[in-house]
Amino acid sequence: MMASIAMTTGFILILMGLYGALTNRNILRIIVSFTVANTGVNLVLVSVGYMHGRTAPILDGAVPVAEAAKRIIDPLPQALVLTAIVIGVGVTALMLTYAFKLYESKGTLDISKCRELKW
Amino acid sequence: MNTILIAIGVLLAIAMIFTAMITIHVKRPAVAMLAAGMISLFASIMFLLLAAPDVAMTEAAIGSGLTTFLLFFVLGRVRGYDDEAE
Amino acid sequence: MIRRFSVLILLLALGIIFANLFIGYTPDTELNQTARYYAEHTASDIGATNIVTAIIVTYRGLDTLGEVTVLFLTAAIIGLVLSQGNKPSSSLQRQLPASGELLTTGSRLLVPLILLLGAYVFVNGHLTPGGGFQGGAIIASAALLLLLTDPLYRFSRRLITIIESISGLFFIGLGILGILLAGGFLDSRVLPTGELGSLFSAGLIPIIYSFVGLKVGAEFTSMLGNLAETEKS
Repeated sequence: MMASIAMTTGFILILMGLYGALTNRNILRIIVSFTVANTGVNLVLVSVGYMHGRTAPILDGAVPVAEAAKRIIDPLPQALVLTAIVIGVGVTALMLTYAFKLYESKGTLDISKCRELKW
Repeated sequence: MNTILIAIGVLLAIAMIFTAMITIHVKRPAVAMLAAGMISLFASIMFLLLAAPDVAMTEAAIGSGLTTFLLFFVLGRVRGYDDEAE
Repeated sequence: MIRRFSVLILLLALGIIFANLFIGYTPDTELNQTARYYAEHTASDIGATNIVTAIIVTYRGLDTLGEVTVLFLTAAIIGLVLSQGNKPSSSLQRQLPASGELLTTGSRLLVPLILLLGAYVFVNGHLTPGGGFQGGAIIASAALLLLLTDPLYRFSRRLITIIESISGLFFIGLGILGILLAGGFLDSRVLPTGELGSLFSAGLIPIIYSFVGLKVGAEFTSMLGNLAETEKS
């Protein structure tokens, strides 16, 4: 049940982030919409590994070592999403740097005014 | 106990979708960046409900903290920007 | 008008694909084979109680190597692109109003505590939720607090470069040590596994993760410092 809620929310966030990235004209708002879509993708990935009635993959008092295979959820999607979040912030920083250089050379942030590559 | 957790989950989902609509439709870019930070925060709590504490910590520190600050740094450097947001 | 319509058609098609994926998804009731292997063998082979850390550092260590490389590339590209716009002669410092007494005293009290919290998070990465990336982000937020208090504060470029280079070199060096003395690249069984749950356990994992945490913290700090230096008068 929790996994279905999270997966639906993730899919809706991806669609709304893509809509924002395709219809805005200010570059900074496009970058913000990409951040929203990134969060949605991470939500979908983590929700795949959830199993009902089980707990986090950490062996401590609640999960003794002998019966770990019956009490924890899948640890692999969490490891992949950790990498994805960190790389996502790196790509956002790169996008912001290029937006700043574009503003310095053109004086505007509106992408409909950057027409050198249109034939 | 279980129904309380599912109720919190549904509430967080509705809050996230509502905040995403604010991000797309508001006029000033500063409010949109704050709303994106709030989406990251709600997602971090939802990761905790999905039994993933490592991912929740990472999303709270990096997604909600560093990304919002990076966006605001660049917003402060561009002055006289084009306010035409569609 | 046509553009808005075609965007909606595209999103509708994507929505249909997502709905098909969602309907066809049935949650598992038993762990699949890979997860069962990780659950049963982590405590005896690796000796770490945090299974996600054991996966990231040893079982799938090559992915961590790729991620560290991508972060390094990102920080280097930002430093390169943003340094070509700065002319060294334009150093008219703007007269900012001084930060209040509350802010400066508070930040002087909080910055060492935040650094301590970051170091605690990445040294204990194999026992509790946490690890190198989270600790590195916390260290970068301490640098951010310094920048917020005094917007004209400049980090010493040499210190950040030295920390980042040495951490990266030691990370690769420990990985190659794994090839020479144990099973493969980034194998943590070079040091003994130790007792489950104590600080000095799980072989090389605390040391590897500490270097990753320092490297990530230095890279985020250099990104923030580069963006802050673009403030012209």
